[in-house]
Amino acid sequence: MIAFGQFLEVLIGGLMSGVLYSLVALGFVLIFKASGVFNYAQGAMVLLAGLALVRALDLLVANGFPLWVAVVLAIGFAAVIMAATAWLIERFVIGPLVNQDALTLFMSTIGVTFVIEGVAEMIFGSDVYPLRLFPTDAWFLFEGLFPGGILVNKLDVWGALIAGILVGGLAIFFQRTKTGRALRAVADDHLAAHSVGIPISWIWFVVWLVAGLVALVAATVWGTKLGVQFSITFLALKALPVLIIGGLTSIPGAIVGGLIVGAGEKIAEVYLGPSIGGGIEYWFAYVLALAVLLVRPQGLFGERIIERI
Amino acid sequence: MLYREAGQFKTTYAEDMAIFPIRQDRIALAILVGIAFIGVPLLATFHVWPFGSDYLLWAILLPFLILALAAIGTNILVGYCGQISLGSGAFMAIGAYSAYKLATGVHIPLASLGFAIAIPPLPVLASILLGGLMSAGVGILFGIPSLRIKGLYLAVATLAAQFFFDWAFLRLPWFTNYAPSGSVNAPELDFFGVVVRTPVERYLLCLLFVTVLAVLAKNLVRGNLGRQWMAIRDMDIAAELIGIRPLYAKLTAFAVSSFIIGVAGALWGFVYLGSWEPLAFSIERSLDLLFMVIIGGLGSIMGSFIGAAFILIVPILLNVLPTELGLPLSTQTITHLQFIIFGSLICYLLIKEPHGFARLISIGKEKLRLWPFPY
Amino acid sequence: MRAPDTNDILLEVERVVLSFGGVKALRDVSFNIRKGEIRAIIGPNGAGKTSMLNVINGFYRPNHGAITFKGRTRAKMQPFEAARGGIARTFQNVALFKGMSALDNIMAGRTLKVRRGLLWQVLRLGPALAEEVEHRRKVEEIIDFLEIETIRKVPVGRLPYGLQKRVELGRALAMEPDLLLLDEPMAGMNLEEKEDMSRFIIDVNNHYGTTIALIEHDMAVVMDLSDRVAVLDHGVKIADGTPDEVKRSQVVIDAYLGVAH
Ligand SMILES: Nc1ncnc2c1ncn2[C@@H]1O[C@H](COP(=O)(O)OP(=O)(O)O)[C@@H](O)[C@H]1O
Ligand SMILES: [Mg+2]
Repeated sequence: MIAFGQFLEVLIGGLMSGVLYSLVALGFVLIFKASGVFNYAQGAMVLLAGLALVRALDLLVANGFPLWVAVVLAIGFAAVIMAATAWLIERFVIGPLVNQDALTLFMSTIGVTFVIEGVAEMIFGSDVYPLRLFPTDAWFLFEGLFPGGILVNKLDVWGALIAGILVGGLAIFFQRTKTGRALRAVADDHLAAHSVGIPISWIWFVVWLVAGLVALVAATVWGTKLGVQFSITFLALKALPVLIIGGLTSIPGAIVGGLIVGAGEKIAEVYLGPSIGGGIEYWFAYVLALAVLLVRPQGLFGERIIERI
Repeated sequence: MLYREAGQFKTTYAEDMAIFPIRQDRIALAILVGIAFIGVPLLATFHVWPFGSDYLLWAILLPFLILALAAIGTNILVGYCGQISLGSGAFMAIGAYSAYKLATGVHIPLASLGFAIAIPPLPVLASILLGGLMSAGVGILFGIPSLRIKGLYLAVATLAAQFFFDWAFLRLPWFTNYAPSGSVNAPELDFFGVVVRTPVERYLLCLLFVTVLAVLAKNLVRGNLGRQWMAIRDMDIAAELIGIRPLYAKLTAFAVSSFIIGVAGALWGFVYLGSWEPLAFSIERSLDLLFMVIIGGLGSIMGSFIGAAFILIVPILLNVLPTELGLPLSTQTITHLQFIIFGSLICYLLIKEPHGFARLISIGKEKLRLWPFPY
Repeated sequence: MRAPDTNDILLEVERVVLSFGGVKALRDVSFNIRKGEIRAIIGPNGAGKTSMLNVINGFYRPNHGAITFKGRTRAKMQPFEAARGGIARTFQNVALFKGMSALDNIMAGRTLKVRRGLLWQVLRLGPALAEEVEHRRKVEEIIDFLEIETIRKVPVGRLPYGLQKRVELGRALAMEPDLLLLDEPMAGMNLEEKEDMSRFIIDVNNHYGTTIALIEHDMAVVMDLSDRVAVLDHGVKIADGTPDEVKRSQVVIDAYLGVAH
């Protein structure tokens, strides 16, 4: 029973942190679906959003604003920063590179990553900034069933809740709004966008903006968990294997992929780690993705494409 | 002397197929080789300016040569074959650690089978080359997914290599011969009785490796295999329909690329660092190499040298110039500026000139050739 | 035109069915190609012509049916195996290697004829160099034949469309194929370019005896060049015969010729 209780605890902890990967992966999927760009910069965008948020928040609080006002203003500020970033990226990088091959686009997002990281840290600083938006203590569940109960972090639950709301919101955006529907049209066929009557550059700006806002949401949760710091970009990189596992074009895939990676790496770490030196979390997601690629290249939820010539 | 090819008729295909068909280019190359092999060592030996101290050799020329070599390897995979790699650093590490293990003697206890594999310490040269081969082997292994998956997915496969080997060399003490600190020391650089010690000797050793491998790489990329790689890069389906086997083309690109990167890694550890820790070959190294290739020129051996020089020189300039101007920058600011410069340059070049500085130079030469009559 | 040997069938397509999800691109199509002939495949857009060529050279695997090439019926085949068997191909939307020069594109077509492996090519000495020069000589013959001497070193991405089509033909010829599949080789060309291309096609057929299967929309060209014509419409073969027979067929007139395009 103790062993099972421990397993449950590890599993739940893993699933919850998997939600965080899903949050970043969502941003990737949005951009990939709409513009075919494999966006390496998503992690840098989380860092930028987090830095803008936490620095504005600290400044406002230090100047005597009440906390809730400061939070609202800071989130607004960070959102504006993300909008500006989206506009700049569309205007100066992705726009001019339209119709280039996927590899070129991908490498350009690595360039974008470096610019964002450099600028973000230059303006907002490069220390670790603690962020306290959500409670970080824990619940102990099922104390009757398992000795000591099962530890569940409140923050993780918040993260899961937010991810749920976000997915719901995105679903509504894509189904119900004109821009959202246009986005789906572009995803299927770039020419179709013209027939919808919305300029492609506007659509791409919106996509990058939405991805930026998703990054902001991810930053609130991650920043609370780890403090806003540079290493967030590496955690965000894990969204890449998450995507491969879930399938590049699938929003449910991003969620499920995140959960699989989160739970898998925690379980592997606890049960396999001690015998081979620990630190499995560092590579587990990537190697799992590699295995999935070999068996099912389009991922669990991705569509199979038949090439033409 | 004018830069003209007028009057230089090529009478055979072999002549037309030479690396530098134009005489002036060959003369320039001869001068460059002369400077590199004779001029630099002479000046450095007698400590003549700019070699007053060993700084130029140690901090610039040595890393330049080795990184240029690694960039050539990266370029073969990314620039010639179009297979993205974010794991070049890992392959440098594989080269370095394999060479280290081979040079210090390999002992694999297979207790359950009742015996052990033991290889006595190998000579340094053999270790370095076998380190490259080891890296090639692992490269092929990680290249296998590229047969089923296209382009971007491969980024993740190569990231898997990067993070897995980062971890392996850090956490598995066998690789570091159970050194408590996790750092390892290169063996004495003994080449058939000649021991390489001073910076000048180290420089010459690397120069030799780089020159030989660069020429061999150039031979490959301008031969049939190179054309197969580029065909796969430009349009893999059409390549297959003219009889190119993707399996062979891609895996040879992975093998050759990883071999060169592995040798570069072994040189980096043995000749440049002397003793090193796993972090010497992290993902930052991989990205640096990718940047060198993009900036210098995708699909250009010469571009690999230019890119390596650029990536090395920018931070030094950022350090020196503002100080000279009386506005010294903090180390952090320099790092951030460096990020911004590299990042925006990458974007700029991908948009304006995907073949990087190498192409800009050849455009310049083209203009020079027509000068002063630009038609 | 070289007189085709009626009894000698190079390629036999039997009852091929190909579908993409719901779309049926080919429905039960059978036809053959005789050694040495120029065989045209015509039909409106979306009729399944390109899909037919893709089936022939192994790029698509048919859901049903059999393909017999040089007397060997094959089950499944990789595209490069078709190339090895002697099938070469040009594409409706030019599929050249954009970053390479015209010369290198055509040299790449020699891949299957290259004998020296990686280790020789690394050294590029003696036999390896001799072989490379020999391939270069063959390729220069093709370059002369197609009259593209002046553009050999130009990256093909920078060439005008008509010349790109020519380089693509050169790349296919470099393979020294037994069967050459040409997918709309004259699409988008002006009259003069079309005449040049027609001349090249006839010359290839005459001088090298290469069998050619050709998709083309320009009826004048088709009638002029081909020995036999197969007509596809909505994935079904609706007519097959000499140009004259096809021209007179009422089904064809209804389905295709009557339609302005
Ligand atoms: N790779 C593919 N995926 C889905 N549908 C395809 C594919 N290739 C061809 N088709 C469909 O098959 C039909 C025939 O196409 P195609 O052979 O290109 O016609 P044609 O060359 O005669 O114009 C069309 O309806 C086309 O949309
Ligand atoms: Mg077609």
